[in-house]
Amino acid sequence: MSDLLSKYTKEIQKILDKYPPERKRSAVMPLLFLAQRNEGYIREGALSEIGEILDLQETEVATLVGFYTLFHDQQAGSYRIQICTDLCCALRGSEEFLTGLCEALEIKPGETTRDGLVTIEEVKCLAACDKAPMYQVQGEAGISYHENCTVEGTLELISEWREVTPDQEELK
Amino acid sequence: MSEFVLLRHRDIPEIKELKGYQKQGGFEAFKKAVTKLDPNQVTEIIKTSGLRGRGGAGFPTGLKWSFMDPDNWPHYVIANADESEPGTFKDREIIEENPLQFLEGVAICSYAVGAQTAYIYLRGEFWQLAEFLDRKINQLEKASLLGENLFGTDYSLTIHTHLGAGAYICGEETALLESLEGKRGLPRLRPPFPPSYGLYGKPTVVNNVETLTNVPLILEHGAAWYRDLGTEDSAGVKIFSLSGRVKKPGNYELPFGSTFRELIYEHGGGILNDAKLKAILPAGASSAILRASDKVLDTPLEYASLRKLGSDLGSGSVIVIDETVSMDWVIKKTIDFFKHESCGKCTPCREGNYWMGYLTQELQSGVIKDDQVELLYDIARNIQGKCLCALGEFSVMGVLTSIKRFPEDFGREPK
Ligand SMILES: Cc1cc2nc3c(=O)[nH]c(=O)nc-3n(C[C@H](O)[C@H](O)[C@H](O)COP(=O)(O)O)c2cc1C
Ligand code: SF4
Ligand code: FES
Repeated sequence: MSDLLSKYTKEIQKILDKYPPERKRSAVMPLLFLAQRNEGYIREGALSEIGEILDLQETEVATLVGFYTLFHDQQAGSYRIQICTDLCCALRGSEEFLTGLCEALEIKPGETTRDGLVTIEEVKCLAACDKAPMYQVQGEAGISYHENCTVEGTLELISEWREVTPDQEELK
Repeated sequence: MSEFVLLRHRDIPEIKELKGYQKQGGFEAFKKAVTKLDPNQVTEIIKTSGLRGRGGAGFPTGLKWSFMDPDNWPHYVIANADESEPGTFKDREIIEENPLQFLEGVAICSYAVGAQTAYIYLRGEFWQLAEFLDRKINQLEKASLLGENLFGTDYSLTIHTHLGAGAYICGEETALLESLEGKRGLPRLRPPFPPSYGLYGKPTVVNNVETLTNVPLILEHGAAWYRDLGTEDSAGVKIFSLSGRVKKPGNYELPFGSTFRELIYEHGGGILNDAKLKAILPAGASSAILRASDKVLDTPLEYASLRKLGSDLGSGSVIVIDETVSMDWVIKKTIDFFKHESCGKCTPCREGNYWMGYLTQELQSGVIKDDQVELLYDIARNIQGKCLCALGEFSVMGVLTSIKRFPEDFGREPK
């Protein structure tokens, strides 16, 4: 039995139950989310496991990881702060917010802090255009929204995370 | 009674909970439909109400329901909660604050078209909302308002949520179907349209969240009541998502026929720092951009009037631009978006957006050269009409209208 299947037997059954048995391919995206849950990215081995569960070729599963931006095949910080710099948010200061936060963390957009905790990314509209600057955090706990943000508030949030997350560098 | 049709939580916060919703008569409309009305009668009521799709295209909702192929089963209903057009954030508020009215709308639609399974396709970022809806659906099943043999009839209905994973194109209904089938979200050739060939090749209605949320109250108060709320051309009410350079951005539910002036200055509190209004994008990043004028400000917000102005109402996402912003920057932003979101299936959209991206970037980095502007305009014109889906068409709207209506921002003589 595959890792994924043994770890999430019940969840996987619940997902499969949503779709007609002869259409179980529909479960591929929910299963990719599941595979991404713990490590924040999808291990290569997970693709064949998902393929096995759904009778799909590994390459068919892999093309989805490439197509959809919320799936990641590379490890990044434990928390991905994804800041919307699309039109409406940019009209309300989100680009200045991005610059300020990056300066404070001494990284560029797309980079990860040295302790491996935080990656800053720019993303497109997140349907919160009236509450800019805003970002979503993609991490272990799924995805959460943070709205009307300030650099100071965000740095505070990051130091709270730092307290509860072991240093990635030390783990290596 | 609430002054709202859709944003009723604003004066009845407890409507979010089943008890509170039922106190307002919630699920009575669904019960009436299932126990007293024939499915076709429900569709007729929605047809008569004049309700049109709120996802952007404005297609008559009852008419869409009546197109479902009666010789091919099962039927499916899909609520489109992909909400990814820059400037649009109304479906999110509905689901967060008035979820049960939305779910009742899904249920009534399902009954009307004979579907026993409905899916709610949410953009992947709405992860928490999907969990929230799952809990609500579970409650409804426990209360026997969803599930087997509803209200003692032989009608059964199950509703499932399904998450996308970050792709604007999956809001396009046929790309959504592909995505829900577990594939990349590439639009299908149409026709056939989803009511004859939809999910798994079966007849399917795809409707926007806001569209469906109107349905319970139309059944409760009648089609004539709904028609009377709006104008001859556009029946009922619409949520306008107001964003950009205004003092009070947010969602505003207004009857059709209200004006931009009311929306921006009364509800939105006017322009930031009391600057001068310059431009309006009435339909998000996909808009044909309007140059602000008294005529534009006093135009009634309805489908036909906006078309007459040379724009579109779309999903009602009004982005406000003031005099401090240059239009070449605005279209750099919209093209960045479309370049990123083009699915790549057809060449004019994929390559065209790449080149428009290159040129709009160039315009930002110094003196604007007239032959660059000419080339940009030319590329946009050549994308038009040559694309498989509307995303390609959307991508050029801002470019063409900005260069035409704001020549001074592109180093050209003002009109
Ligand atoms: C590129 C593109 C993106 C779209 N995104 C959405 C969306 O996020 N939500 C939505 O309801 N409709 C969206 N639509 C419109 C849908 O294709 C479809 O017309 C709509 O869901 C039908 O529902 P309605 O009749 O209730 O509006 C999009 C269309 C295109 C071409
Ligand atoms: S127009 Fe663009 S988004 Fe639409 S199918 Fe073609 S490449 Fe894909
Ligand atoms: S533009 Fe940033 S959330 Fe919409």
